[in-house]
Amino acid sequence: MDILQALILTVITASTPLLLAGLGELVVERSGVLNLGVEGMMVMGAVCGFGAAHMTGSPYVGIIASMAAGMGLAFLFAILTQTFVANQVASGLALTLLGLGLSGLIGESFVGIPGTKVEKLVFPGLADIPFLGRILFAQDLLVYFSFLLTGVVSFTLFRSRIGLIIRAVGNNHHSAHTLGYDVITVRYLCIVFGGACSGLAGGYLSLAYTPQWIENMTAGRGWIALALVVFASWLPWRLAVGAYLFGTVTILGFFVQGMGWGIPSQFLSSLPYLITIIALVIISANRAITRANTPACLGQSFVPDR
Amino acid sequence: MQLVLERRPERSKSMLLLSPLLALLLTALVGGLIFLFRGLNPLAALYIYFVEPLTTLWSIEQLLVKAAPLILIGVGLSICYIANVWNIGAEGQFTAGAIFGGMWPVFFPEFQSFPVLPLMLLFGMLGGMLYGFIPAFLKNRFGANEILTSLMLVYVAGLSLDWLVRGPWRDPHGYNFPKSVTFEGWQILPTMGTTVHLGVVIAVAAALGLAFLLDRTIKGFEIRVLGSSPRAGSFAGFSRDRIVLFCFLLSGGLAGLAGICEVASTVGQLQPSISPGYGFTAIIVAFLGRLNPLGVIFAGLILALSYMGGEAAQVTLGISDKIAKVFQGILLFFILACDTFILYRLRLLPRRPAAELQPAE
Repeated sequence: MDILQALILTVITASTPLLLAGLGELVVERSGVLNLGVEGMMVMGAVCGFGAAHMTGSPYVGIIASMAAGMGLAFLFAILTQTFVANQVASGLALTLLGLGLSGLIGESFVGIPGTKVEKLVFPGLADIPFLGRILFAQDLLVYFSFLLTGVVSFTLFRSRIGLIIRAVGNNHHSAHTLGYDVITVRYLCIVFGGACSGLAGGYLSLAYTPQWIENMTAGRGWIALALVVFASWLPWRLAVGAYLFGTVTILGFFVQGMGWGIPSQFLSSLPYLITIIALVIISANRAITRANTPACLGQSFVPDR
Repeated sequence: MQLVLERRPERSKSMLLLSPLLALLLTALVGGLIFLFRGLNPLAALYIYFVEPLTTLWSIEQLLVKAAPLILIGVGLSICYIANVWNIGAEGQFTAGAIFGGMWPVFFPEFQSFPVLPLMLLFGMLGGMLYGFIPAFLKNRFGANEILTSLMLVYVAGLSLDWLVRGPWRDPHGYNFPKSVTFEGWQILPTMGTTVHLGVVIAVAAALGLAFLLDRTIKGFEIRVLGSSPRAGSFAGFSRDRIVLFCFLLSGGLAGLAGICEVASTVGQLQPSISPGYGFTAIIVAFLGRLNPLGVIFAGLILALSYMGGEAAQVTLGISDKIAKVFQGILLFFILACDTFILYRLRLLPRRPAAELQPAE
């Protein structure tokens, strides 16, 4: 029972960054923009969050800094793709390359420094419930926030006027423009929101998951989050399920490694990537699901006619 | 007054060439600011970074050696990107090429005669093609996004190499270091000068060959048509699936060739890390080179210079060589921004009064 509890606890910490980054990208893609820079924004969030927390001693300042870093990079991406109508795939790659390089340079002096950890929010009484108490009522703030955000994103996208506008812009930007909506501004806002989420996800890595800075510590999680959005067919609650599935696979890998069955650790480490590919294949093969939910203008630039 | 982008009637030829130069200039400008921020004299630092590596024969040879893999991978990626096929997993195909080609010296260290080298190169190319085949197949058969699958495979390739050199392929006489046997004699690419090896020649030949393919063959025409107008391509009876496969096999094969060339020269054996991110930097090379195989040669040299400058900055200026990656990222940003002006121009417009927006009679 204790092992199972410990396992579930680590699954939650492994899944939260995927969920956070995925939610941001989901909103971005719903508005018709493909931002492949998640990995770069995440790693910048990780290094800036770590640095700010280290300098101020407060992990919460770190969290804010990580979001700001993600938003900053996202804003660059927005300028490039919305104002300069550059190719979104290439711009996203540029963002990732820049983020990885810049974080390495910034974080050079942080290597080996013990980090500041976001403390757990323990609900007195409730946390004492056997087994479930520690899982449900003694997590850090960001875990609760990730679920709150899932609900908010889901509600906003599908039950509110704002969501309707975002989806209209993502599905047919010409019509949305004709109706009088400012396509470019909507997309700017969505991109920056996505940046905040990605940065936060990175901050979670360096402030809660493993409170330290290691170069390239995101290790492809940004790309996995991108794949998760496709896997979830652009639906927030499905994304949450997907993120936890992936978190579970990652942790099971570590767990099996600990059992000493002689399976090469490299194989277990590559499991999340292999599973991502398999998940993508399975979901893409089912064209009915993908076609129904893929934002029709995904990846297309928009230049208003005057 | 309002600044707006206005579509040009046709692509601007002069901007096509000016844009990368402008991007380089802007990158140098930002680079100077970074140096200034670090308390260095920006001009002196930029000189050490971008000019000094060009002043000795030894470093020029190094430049060519570093440019070779960038050019080889970059030309392959250019063809992909022209066709709107997004292979971003060249780093993985590079590693696969090194592993497949490296099989010969690892399994037959005694195989010391002429055929071993061509066999290594052939296997390296096949390894890269095989690894490039996976995302192409998944794309064509299942519709899986090739960007994500090809990138995921980069991690898998890296971990596979790591496993091989720490496990079954580790040199039994290597004092337990995670390295394979050292490649020797015929297993090493022949060199001209002190360090310039055959890979440089192969890279230039590949670029020339692909320039011919793109400009003078029906395949090149097919690639360009499908890239710029998929609908027109399908009316002409060109198969999108076949182009996806072709592009991945071609770019994968070239990346694999770059991989085996690198381990059979500079690196000299298989080890956990065989590339300072050539497969990713080659993406920048492709764009800086205008997706034109001949342009890629120049772009490869420039990005190789950014690696050299990073090393020089580390030694002379005491700045981490990680700055090279920052410069490379900034450069791609500026290229993409400047490329906007190939298709668009800036126009300053007076804000129109609302009355004008009324429908005309």
